[in-house]
Amino acid sequence: MLTVLKHQKNNVQVVVQNNAAKIILSGDVLECDSDNIVQQVQKFSAENLKSISFEAQTLEKWDSSLLVILYETLRVAQANGINVNMSDLPQNLQDLMKLAFADDRKPTHDDSQFSWLESLGKKIIDLWETISQVCKFLGKTTVSVGKFLSGQSIMRGVDFYSALNDCGPKALAIVSLISFLVGLILAFVGAVQLQTFGAQIYVASLVTIGMCRIMGAIMVGIIMAGRTGSSYAATIGTMQVNEELDALQTMGMPATDFLVLPRLLALVLAMPILTMLSDIMGMIGGAFIGVFMMQIPYQEYWKYAFDAFTLKNFLVGIFHGFCFGIIIALCGCYSGLHCGRNADSVGLATTKSVVCAIVWMIVVTGIITIICQELGL
Amino acid sequence: MTEKVKIDVRNLTVGYGDYVLLHDAEYQVKQGDVFIIMGGSGCGKSSMLRVLTGLIPPLKGSVVIDGTDIANASMEEVQKIRTKSGILYQSGALFSSMTLAENIMLPLQQYTDYSPATIRELASLKLALVGLTGFDDFYPSEISGGMKKRAGLARALALDPDIVYFDEPSAGLDPISSHNLDDLILEINQSLGTTIVVVTHELASIFAIGNNSIFLDAETKTILARGNPKELLKNPPNEAVYKFLTRGEGK
Repeated sequence: MLTVLKHQKNNVQVVVQNNAAKIILSGDVLECDSDNIVQQVQKFSAENLKSISFEAQTLEKWDSSLLVILYETLRVAQANGINVNMSDLPQNLQDLMKLAFADDRKPTHDDSQFSWLESLGKKIIDLWETISQVCKFLGKTTVSVGKFLSGQSIMRGVDFYSALNDCGPKALAIVSLISFLVGLILAFVGAVQLQTFGAQIYVASLVTIGMCRIMGAIMVGIIMAGRTGSSYAATIGTMQVNEELDALQTMGMPATDFLVLPRLLALVLAMPILTMLSDIMGMIGGAFIGVFMMQIPYQEYWKYAFDAFTLKNFLVGIFHGFCFGIIIALCGCYSGLHCGRNADSVGLATTKSVVCAIVWMIVVTGIITIICQELGL
Repeated sequence: MTEKVKIDVRNLTVGYGDYVLLHDAEYQVKQGDVFIIMGGSGCGKSSMLRVLTGLIPPLKGSVVIDGTDIANASMEEVQKIRTKSGILYQSGALFSSMTLAENIMLPLQQYTDYSPATIRELASLKLALVGLTGFDDFYPSEISGGMKKRAGLARALALDPDIVYFDEPSAGLDPISSHNLDDLILEINQSLGTTIVVVTHELASIFAIGNNSIFLDAETKTILARGNPKELLKNPPNEAVYKFLTRGEGK
């Protein structure tokens, strides 16, 4: 049987006769449909093909698409035990094929595939290792805090001030702006509903209680998780990539003392203050809507706002801020310290730090709310 | 007189989890040696260095440094050994938020009782030893790759270590900087008597500085050869070692 497959456009012909295939290449073989030709070769190979040879006396220009045809043809032939005669191919093509199939250049790696049970087991082991790492990290951080409180910490003052400057003064503008806008939105949404009952004056109470009790702290938490927590993860993660963490470890300097403690202390100190600022800015944002949009007299608005303000709500909000500071610092530093050793890992660590911080802030908010409920606060 | 053994590696298996990079390695590093750990990419050279420096535990076996098995030692003992060791990492691993002087002062502040003025002078001296006089207040981002390595070496020498480890010291350096760093390593070895362990696959460095070596093989996951690199080139124990030492020429 004689089968001829012509690919005139690309000057490639596959001629199959008596279980022998000949691939005829002529002229320029450029940008050819290698996949189609390889599929044909595969089809013939499955039909008791014994040998493959090439004819390329008139071959002129060629590109990588021809190499793909040759490479895949050789792979198919190898897999099916078909003889291949490349002697009529130009020497440079033969050399390239030899290079592509050279055994001693193949990297050795484990190709084993996991069964679902093994994968499940691996995931459980990984989870256990993560839990163990988190516990170790928390333990080491607690020891570092203990050393700091007993005056034995090796934390550098300059690192603490630098971290404090970064998460304090430098964050004031963004926290003020966002909190002002949140107060404004809260007041606007509330006012629209309260207006239907003629109770728009209570927008002052709504904003004051909302911001002081929880919203101020939550907004600061989210801003700082995205701004500062991610920065901690990226900075420490980059140190991991640059082997700086290895250097610290081999110098016998605990990373928790040197890197985590200044950042933790800075955030724990800054967060309650930023929460206070957020409360105030949110109330101003609410007043903006109340006074200018709802036409509530200025003095009356603030009278209602101060009447709604309670120390209890304020302190609960500040406590939230304090807890969020711990969470953001720990999530950021943990993600950085357990970052891989390439650029992708730094990005992943940064994302993880923000997601982890926000999730834990919500969880802790829930816990504090339940505790406050139980304590009647 | 028998030379003192600084590092005694016995029956050591290196790897991560179930993945073994090297098994049953045995070798000794004597005091004053410039010991080369060489081999192709992926043979476990850097992992071996991480085991020697206590950054990762061995899967099996022991690494005895100055009589202490770091695989089974307490944290305090490991810490003691670490203060007697210095490491120069591939990238220099300088702390980017600190000046060169501050980088060197850090271990001195941590482990010595010198006054701040003395510590500052010591840092300047160490920088001068590696040819970086006057660069005390420069940040790592302000100096070249070769200078970073020198500054990293100055930090590694801060506590007058008995052993200095080098991880691919020539990586990323031009031939002249690489040659200068090799000279510096030899000078430190000869003038301070420091034992040097170098992980590298840079042939020029291997022949220029090494007086003892091991060759790690990724395929068999074993040590294929040990001895002076020049001797190994003259009398190669096998084809793989000869190929490596002649840049793949083979016999």
